[in-house]
Amino acid sequence: MSLTEHLTAAFLAFENKFSAEHNEKVNEIRSNAFTHFEKMGFPSKKDEEWKYTSLKSLLKHDFKVFPKVQNTTEFKEVKKYFLHEIDTYKIVFIDGVYSSFLSETTHDGFDICLLSAALAKPKYKMVIDHYFNKIAKKEDSITSLNTAFSKEGAYINIPKNTVVPKPVQILHFTTGTVSEVLTQPRNLIVVGENAHVQIVERHQSLTDNVVLTNSVTEIFANKRSIIDYYKIQNDLKSASIIDNTYIKQAQQSVASVNTFSFGGNLTRNNLEFYHEGEYITSNLNGITIIKDKQLVDNHTLVNHKFPNCESHELYKGIYFDASTGVFNGKVIVEKEAQKTNAFQQNDSILIDDKASVNSKPQLEIFADDVKCSHGCTIGQLDEDALFYMRSRGIPKKEAKALLLYAFANDALEKIKIPELKTRITKIISNKLDVNLGFDI
Amino acid sequence: MSKYTEDDLKKELETKEYEYGFYTDIESDKFPIGLNEEVVRAISKKKNEPEWMTEWRLESFRIWQSMTEPDWANVTYQKPDFQNISYYAAPKKKPELESLDQVDPELLKTFDKLGISIDEQKRLSGVAVDIVMDSVSVATTFKKTLEEKGIIFCPISEAIQKHPELVKKYIGSVVPQTDNFYAALNSAVFSDGSFCYIPKGVKCPMELSTYFRINEGGTGQFERTLVIADKGSYVSYLEGCTAPQRDENQLHAAVVELIALDDAEIKYSTVQNWFPGDKNGKGGVFNFVTKRGLCETNAKISWTQVETGSAITWKYPSCVLKGDNSIGEFFSVAVTNNHQQADTGTKMVHLGKNTKSTIISKGISAGKSQNSYRGLVQIHARADNARNFSQCDSLLMGNDCGAHTFPYIEAKNKTAKIEHEATTSKIGEDQLFYCNQRGIDMDKAIALIVNGFSKEVLNKLPMEFAVEAQKLLEISLEGSVG
Repeated sequence: MSLTEHLTAAFLAFENKFSAEHNEKVNEIRSNAFTHFEKMGFPSKKDEEWKYTSLKSLLKHDFKVFPKVQNTTEFKEVKKYFLHEIDTYKIVFIDGVYSSFLSETTHDGFDICLLSAALAKPKYKMVIDHYFNKIAKKEDSITSLNTAFSKEGAYINIPKNTVVPKPVQILHFTTGTVSEVLTQPRNLIVVGENAHVQIVERHQSLTDNVVLTNSVTEIFANKRSIIDYYKIQNDLKSASIIDNTYIKQAQQSVASVNTFSFGGNLTRNNLEFYHEGEYITSNLNGITIIKDKQLVDNHTLVNHKFPNCESHELYKGIYFDASTGVFNGKVIVEKEAQKTNAFQQNDSILIDDKASVNSKPQLEIFADDVKCSHGCTIGQLDEDALFYMRSRGIPKKEAKALLLYAFANDALEKIKIPELKTRITKIISNKLDVNLGFDI
Repeated sequence: MSKYTEDDLKKELETKEYEYGFYTDIESDKFPIGLNEEVVRAISKKKNEPEWMTEWRLESFRIWQSMTEPDWANVTYQKPDFQNISYYAAPKKKPELESLDQVDPELLKTFDKLGISIDEQKRLSGVAVDIVMDSVSVATTFKKTLEEKGIIFCPISEAIQKHPELVKKYIGSVVPQTDNFYAALNSAVFSDGSFCYIPKGVKCPMELSTYFRINEGGTGQFERTLVIADKGSYVSYLEGCTAPQRDENQLHAAVVELIALDDAEIKYSTVQNWFPGDKNGKGGVFNFVTKRGLCETNAKISWTQVETGSAITWKYPSCVLKGDNSIGEFFSVAVTNNHQQADTGTKMVHLGKNTKSTIISKGISAGKSQNSYRGLVQIHARADNARNFSQCDSLLMGNDCGAHTFPYIEAKNKTAKIEHEATTSKIGEDQLFYCNQRGIDMDKAIALIVNGFSKEVLNKLPMEFAVEAQKLLEISLEGSVG
């Protein structure tokens, strides 16, 4: 049975189960989405957006959509994946199922809880009707697949004038002891006027079995709100992820998404920003350091629709062994979006012979009074700088690592949670296989 | 060329409607419309071509039939009906020419209007002109001088007769019949074009140039150009285009192949000024061109283009850097106004070691036009120490136009060094104000700024072309900022 057939069967079973739920609208959204997915199928390399990334080898696995869950994961087993140095809210899922034991949610002043609860309970109906599946790209087949199976994930709703005192962690663990697993988490995040929230998201596989995560996150940033979103992708080689994040911003809001891709078999990030007001700032940062035959594909879109907005995009990549990096950054400046400042930069370093990079920074501009630029470089470490350091007694490996660290530092500096910065620095020095000799 | 002054510009601006839009009344030998194997055979027969050429055309035709028109480019247009085009038109009177006196006086008038008086060029500028008037070359000058050096510069139909071994060896070697829809079509039905061969170690003493004209209404123009620079030779080749004003869309699907053997250098410059359609976007030429060059060891190919015309431009002059240490260059200015659409750029394919490429692309869009840069820089696994520098700048005038960049950068070698930069901006109000208060009027100020913006590219053009190109830029943009 092919994966698509398998999914159809699973969807029928799922449909029977969820038809009992109240929210008719959501049911309708799901069945429409699945019809669309059936029509489109999985994207192939002929698809311009998937030109450099093939899902073929991944899709031949026989994924279980609803694995049997044994919630026996102990905190000490997974502690290292938490940002445990500081107090945080936690929403933890194991194989797509909420783990109340590991989580710390709240309804006190703001909602940090589960999407399944929000979908089912009448008191959230208004919010769900207003926001759910409003910006997730309906034409995208992978997103539609997630929408069809959307059931569980994080639900975060921060009301007006609220600053969430501590960061929120969203963690997804996959145990998949028996078989290959496909999980499809769905997050809905609504940040009210003048509100502020920091979110750290991480997906972690605990098994050698093949895992595919197809995640969709919808973020609504209302007037003057601030949202900082961090994605840590440092998974096992058997795990792959397709992450779709859609952000809609109202006037004067500031949204930043930082993507740290350090591992996993295939990592595909679709990150899209839509502007709905003036004086908006969007920040996109990314660091990619990968080895072996790993692939990281960053697809971004910033759609400038209104005047006086800004976007800053910076992606850095370091590629070892036979790894592949893909960057496709699209900036659209529509006719009305005068006085837009849009900057985009993608820098890559190829370390080994078989590593490769495909970059496509794309600008589509329809307004004349704008400042837009993009830059793209691919290069190597500066031999002179290496020689200088070695002549000063720094071993080659360390010298290289220092230069690479400095290269990535531009994007690293944007992290606003100090503990997270330390954590990322540690992961980087680990990846570079050195002790950088300083704690930051 | 005489000096070009402000007054000259003023005069030109008054009559700025497409100035080369006139129609020469020469009786044409025209085929019935439509395309099938018979027509392909007939074209070949008309040209008195050998068997292998006919077969090659037929093969291309069969390939073309199996292909579909590409639609990935960022342009929208009414697709031409390929069965509604006449595939061959040649001026009926084809005299054997020794001197200009024998040229049809009607033709001479046409050339005068275009500002390429042959005798003047013969005497003054030392440019040999192979004039292509509606697909068949009617006058070739300076042939003798070139012959002495062993340089072959003639219509491709003549080359097929006289130098079949060269044509057979190289035609389709850089742009194969299977390359794309329009290249296949061209291979099947190409009417004529230029052929140029520079022997080993020869430096071509003058700039070779061809003026293309689309003349007969409803005639597709399918030019085929083949330039071969043998080991250690050098040639600078100029191509300029003007077309008469027409209401129906005219299709132009040319193929240009350049072959630079070891240590050779080819410089190919184009000024393209096909009829762009009127202010409402009516009419205009569709320009779907495949241009590609192949560089062997230590060879260099340099493309320079100034694009001001055509309703639709679809053109990517490319370099395949096959040999070690070879160099590819691309310098382009593309101007679009009114309803013009341009999707142009280059491909640099690095195969050899120590290969270098430079891309400088300047796009200027005004009116309701769309201007896209689409480029590919590809570094293959064996291309050690490859180096690329790309820069594409766009200038927007007014709020109804668009500027787009679609660069593809693919690196498969760790020693590759690639830089890509793109910026978009408009003409600063303060810049205009500064010019105005110094007594320079709006149009002249814009011309000044645009010329400054494109200077990097214009500087690469040969003298005569640079002046012409500058004029074209000014005329195309007149009145675009109010």
